[in-house]
Amino acid sequence: MSTNSFTLTDEMREQSIGVESEPVSMVIEQGHVARFAEAIGDENPAYTVGTPETGGIVAPPTFLRAMRGIRPELPFEAPFTRLLDGGSDWEYFEHVRPGDTITAVGRVEDIRERTGSIGQMLIATIKITYRNQRDAVVATQTSTSIRY
Amino acid sequence: MSEQIFFEDVREGMELPVEVRNPTPRQLVQYAGASGDFYEIHYDRNFAQSTGLKDIIIHGALKNAMLGAYVTGWAGPAGELRRLTVQYRGMDYPDEPITAKGHVSRVYQEGQSNLVDCTVWLENPEGQQTTPGTATVALPSRN
Repeated sequence: MSTNSFTLTDEMREQSIGVESEPVSMVIEQGHVARFAEAIGDENPAYTVGTPETGGIVAPPTFLRAMRGIRPELPFEAPFTRLLDGGSDWEYFEHVRPGDTITAVGRVEDIRERTGSIGQMLIATIKITYRNQRDAVVATQTSTSIRY
Repeated sequence: MSEQIFFEDVREGMELPVEVRNPTPRQLVQYAGASGDFYEIHYDRNFAQSTGLKDIIIHGALKNAMLGAYVTGWAGPAGELRRLTVQYRGMDYPDEPITAKGHVSRVYQEGQSNLVDCTVWLENPEGQQTTPGTATVALPSRN
């Protein structure tokens, strides 16, 4: 799409790495958890009625995707209009439960430039850290976003 | 739900049972509502085609969730998911079967945990791995 010649300089890269998003918070609602489990087709009772092993109702592993708008702002303008999600790497430390307040912050871990079949791309690695109301990290999600 | 699998029952190379799912446009709308991802390429065919896609496509995050459900279902009620990685390599479309497959790649102990690494993926009807991933689960011991 972009025919211009965008260059990611070392300086732009250095300025970007470490940039954090504003914190985003969400109260976890039981009905939302059940609706999410239904939408992903997962009938595990841990998400609807709870199990002895989980000690009550917990959220499915990717439920935290429902927290939107966790975007660190890049400190430069890039002439790309399209965005692709390249994938995610989730690490889990504690269950997320109805009644929890989860706060998420995204941080730019890396940014690089590449030219591939879809043309020039700006590839950012963003790590989102999700904490609960006790300030315990419940999960981290490291995602690759591709702008082109 | 499923029976419990124990750490002692798992061997490297062991295959996870194959599961076939059939996501529908209705499910994509449900997922849009539940996740808040209302990007039109997932439910508006005209819009999707205007961006060059042949049809509406399944949310990458829904495929991520399907792999999560696949692994946690296999790990059983007392299994704990520690890590899940997923890569989106290709588009998948509703109203086509999508098949989850996987195998055990490593069996090991770390600290107090009995850990199992799995290689997992979703396959389209042509047999292409559109969504490869890995998972680490902690399993209970029989002892």
